[in-house]
Amino acid sequence: MRYLPLTDPDRGAMLEKIGAASVDALFADVPASHYLDGPVKGLPLHASEMAVEKHMRQLSKQNLAAADAAFFCGAGAYRHHVPATVDHIIQRGEFLTAYTPYQPEIAQGTLQMLFEFQTQVARLYGCAVANASMYDGSTACWEAIVMAARLTKRNRILIGGGVHPHYVSVAQTMARFTPGHVDYELPVLASDAGEDALIARMDEDTSCVVVQYPDIMGRIPDLQRIADAAHEKGALVIAVNTEPVALGALEAPGNLGADIVVGEGQSIGVGLQFGGPYLGLFAITNPKHVRQMPGRLCGETRDADGKRGFVLTLSTREQHIRREKATSNICTNSGLCALAFSVHMTLLGEKGLTALAAENHRLACLAADRLEKVPGAKVLNDTFFNEFTLVLDTETRPLVRDLAARGVLAGVSLGRLFPDGDGRENGLLVTITETNTEDDIETLAKALEGALGEGEAA
Amino acid sequence: MNQMNASGWKPGTPVPADRDVEFPTVTGNKALMLEERLLFELGTRETCGVDLPEPDTDAPNRLGKFARRKAMELPGLSEPETVRHYTRLSRQNYAIDLGLFPLGSCTMKHNPRLNEKVARMPGFADVHPLQPVDTIKGALGVIDELSHWLIELTGMSAVAMSPKAGAHGELCGILCIRAALEARGDARKVVLVPESAHGTNPATAAFAGYEVEDIPAGKDGRVDLEALKARLGPDVAGVMITNPNTCGLFERDMKAISDAVHEAGGLVYCDGANFNAIMGRVRPGDLGVDAMHINLHKTFSTPHGGGGPGSGPVVLSEALAPFAPLPFVVKDAQSGELQLVEEENVGDAFPVSFGRMTAFHGQMGMFTRALTYILSHGADGLRQASGDAVLNANYLLRSLDDVLDAPFGEAGHCMHEALFSDDGFAEGMSTLDVAKGLIDEGFHPMTMYFPLVVHGAMLVEPTETESKAVLDQFVTAMRSLAQRAKDGDETLKSAPHHAPRARLDEAQAARKPVLVWQEAEEAEEA
Repeated sequence: MRYLPLTDPDRGAMLEKIGAASVDALFADVPASHYLDGPVKGLPLHASEMAVEKHMRQLSKQNLAAADAAFFCGAGAYRHHVPATVDHIIQRGEFLTAYTPYQPEIAQGTLQMLFEFQTQVARLYGCAVANASMYDGSTACWEAIVMAARLTKRNRILIGGGVHPHYVSVAQTMARFTPGHVDYELPVLASDAGEDALIARMDEDTSCVVVQYPDIMGRIPDLQRIADAAHEKGALVIAVNTEPVALGALEAPGNLGADIVVGEGQSIGVGLQFGGPYLGLFAITNPKHVRQMPGRLCGETRDADGKRGFVLTLSTREQHIRREKATSNICTNSGLCALAFSVHMTLLGEKGLTALAAENHRLACLAADRLEKVPGAKVLNDTFFNEFTLVLDTETRPLVRDLAARGVLAGVSLGRLFPDGDGRENGLLVTITETNTEDDIETLAKALEGALGEGEAA
Repeated sequence: MNQMNASGWKPGTPVPADRDVEFPTVTGNKALMLEERLLFELGTRETCGVDLPEPDTDAPNRLGKFARRKAMELPGLSEPETVRHYTRLSRQNYAIDLGLFPLGSCTMKHNPRLNEKVARMPGFADVHPLQPVDTIKGALGVIDELSHWLIELTGMSAVAMSPKAGAHGELCGILCIRAALEARGDARKVVLVPESAHGTNPATAAFAGYEVEDIPAGKDGRVDLEALKARLGPDVAGVMITNPNTCGLFERDMKAISDAVHEAGGLVYCDGANFNAIMGRVRPGDLGVDAMHINLHKTFSTPHGGGGPGSGPVVLSEALAPFAPLPFVVKDAQSGELQLVEEENVGDAFPVSFGRMTAFHGQMGMFTRALTYILSHGADGLRQASGDAVLNANYLLRSLDDVLDAPFGEAGHCMHEALFSDDGFAEGMSTLDVAKGLIDEGFHPMTMYFPLVVHGAMLVEPTETESKAVLDQFVTAMRSLAQRAKDGDETLKSAPHHAPRARLDEAQAARKPVLVWQEAEEAEEA
C-alpha cells in the first residue's frame, strides 16, 4: 500500500525489539470476543491512484458545476474568481501539513499569517480586534450570542428577520440547551429591512440584537439606527455579514454601532465546495471584551534574542486550559481557509477590494434593471449590493428546478429557505458577481421570460 | 490594549552591530533562512495584485445611504510580492512534509496528494450548497458512500455528517444524548469525564448545559470501573470516554463500562480522536458506545492546515440515530434515490431531529478527501494502517523505555502512542526543554504536559506513515536528549538555537496583548 513505508523485514525486526509475536499480538488489550480477525466487510482491497481517481471523477460528474451553468446562487455562499496564486500558496506543504502553532519557534509562518489575518479582518469589519477564525459564519454567530450573554448576563436573544435562516436555525437549536431563548420573527416580503418592527421588540431583558448586513433578501438594513435603539436598552448588537466583498462598497458594521461583527469569509479566497469548509470571522469593537472572546488569538511578542515573533495567546480562555469553564469548546480554527482569505485579500488590497465590490454592484444593478422588465417579475429591494429578491407571480421552487435542468442555476428560492409560505414562496434570491457576464444576465432574463410565459400559456 | 510592545528587532530594519551573534549579517537573514516583514510594512493601499475594471465613481448605485466613507486601510501587494511574502513565511513552519511530527493524540500522518486533486475536481469544488437536488447527486453520493464506510468501520447505526470539527462533533453527540434523555422525560444534570480526557470533553459537556464531574483513573492508566459504577445514578446523563485513551492504552473494560452506564439509564459518548489505532480491528458499536465523533483530519488524513479546518462526523447507535441534526442524506428504500432532508421536508419522517448545528452540509471538501483515503487503502490497507501505527508506537516505547520513564510501560503494549514522564530528569530540567531540544534536532516535538495525569507528560504518536529509518533517527535524538536532561545540560534550557526564533515570551504576549498591527506612531498615542 503506497502510503505505508514499513516493509515486512522492518516489521519483523521491530516486533523482535518489542518482544511480540505478531502485530495482532500488540492488540492483546482488546477483548478477543470483540477483535475483528478479517478485513472490513464489503470494502474492496486497496486501489491504485488511477482507479480511485476514476471512481471519484465519476461521482463528481453527477454534480452540475457552477462553471458549466449560468449561475446566480448566493444566500450565504458566493462564487467569486479566486486568483491562481491563492491555491498555489495553500498547497505549499509547510502550510497544508502543519499543525496548530503550539511550538511557535517553528510555526512563525502560520502565526505571522494569522496576525496579519486578524488585522485584515478587524480593518474590513471596522473593529478593534479579530480572532484567528471560527468554523463558519453560522457557528461564529452562535458564539457571538453566547459571548453577549456572558457580557450582559441577560438571556433574551433577539434575531432580526433578515438573518440567514440556517444561522437562525443553529441559534434556535443551540439555545434549546442553554438558558438563552431566541425571539425571532420570519422576514416580511417588503422593500425595507424591517427596522421598525425589530426596534419595537427590544426590551430591558434583551441580551443582543442580531442583524444581518446586507440581509438574506439582499436588503441593506439601517444598522446605525438599530444599534442606537439597542444600546438604549443596554443590549449588544451583533452584525452578521455573509458577503465580505460587500464591505468593499458598504460602510463597515463596526463603524455603524455594532459591538460584535461576525460573518462568513468564504467569498474571499475559499471556493463554494458545496458548503464547506468555510471560514467564520469574528471581531469586536471594544477591546476590553477580548478576554470574553471565543477562539484562538495570535499575538505579538519577542523572543529570547530580542527579535519580534508571534504566539497563540490569552489561552486561559480556552478549553485545553480552562476545561469546563472555557469561553467555548472550540479547539480548532479554519486555518487553511484563513490563509486563503488572507492571500486573496493581500492580492486585492484596498484598491482591489473596492474595485471588485464596484464591479459586483455594477453588474447587479444591470441585472436588476433587466429582470425588472421580465413580465410577471419585480425587484423587491430598494437597496442591495450584489444580490436582490425577485418576486414572481408564481412559486419559485419548481421554477428553479426546471431552469436547472436547462443549465440555468437561477438563484436560491426563498421557498427553500423559508418553507412556511406567506408569499415568500414567490421570492427568488438572485446573486450577481464579477464571474457573471452581461450575456449571463440576458440568459437568465430570457429563461425567466420563457418559463413565466409557459406558465401563462398553460 | 494594542499598546506598542517592546517587540524587539523587526525584519526589514538593520540588525544593531552590538548584538552578540556569531557571524552576524546586517539584514538578519542567514542564507536560506529569510526574515520577512509584515504585510502592513510591505504593502500600500494603492498596490493591487488582481486586474479589475477601474470603478466608475459617478455611476448610479443602489447602496442607499450606506456607501463606505471610511477607508479600510487594507494594504495590497502585487502578485510576485504576494508569492514571495507567503513563500518566505511558509519556510518558517515545520510540517509533516518536512519530517516526523509525533504529536500525541493529533495523528499527524501523511496527507496524500490524490486527496487534494480530487477535492479540487470542479464537480466537487465548484458546486453551491443550495443548488437543486437534481444537480448535486454526486455530492449526495459522496456523503452516502462515506457514511456507509464510517458506519461499517465503527459498527454503529447512523452518522451525522455536518459537525465541522472534533469538538463540534462532541457537541453533536452530547446534544443527541441530551435530546434522547429529554424525549423520555428524563432530564439528567451530570456528565462524567475521566481526568485524562481532552479539555474539549468537559468544555463540550458544559457548553451543552451539563455539570461535569471527574472520574478517577486507576493505577494502570485506565478508568477505575468500580469508582465509575459507584458514581452512576439517576442524575448521570452519561460518560465521555476516550478509547484508546489519552495514555495510549485501550480501555479493556469498555463493554463493562457501557453496560453499567446503560443499566443506570445513561448513555455513552466515546471520544474518537484516537480511532486511528483500532480502525478495522475493533468496532466501538460492539463495545456499547452510543455516540462517537471521528476526526477526518486525523484518522482519515485530511490536512491539518496549520490548525483547521477539521471535520467531525458523529456515528450514532440505534438509540440516538433519530435525534441526529439536519441536514442528512437518506436513501429511498424503493427507488434507491438519494434524498436530502432539511428543515423543509424533515416533517413527520424525522420528528425528533434535535435541529441544526451549522449552515449547509458540513465539510464537503473533507468528505471527498476522506472517501478517497478509504478507497485508496481498502479493507486490507486500513487494517494494515492501524497495525503499523501501533507497531511504530510500540517500537518507540521499547527503544526508549530504558532511558525515559514510561509510567505504564510495565503494563504491556501501548496502542498508537507511547507515553513518557519527566521522572529522572536533573533538577530544573523539564519536558519543555526536551521538546525544544527536539526542534534543534529537526523534529517536531511530541505533545507536552498532556495527559495531565502523568507528570511532565511526553506523548509520542509516530503514525503509520513513518519508516523505520525515521523512527531510528528519532530514537537517536531522543536518547541523546534524555541523557542531556538527566545530566542537567544547561544549553538545553535555552534551546532551540537553530530555529527561526528562540523561545518566545508568552507571558508578555498575554500580559499586554497586541492582536492587530498598528502604525508605530498610532500605537504610541493609544
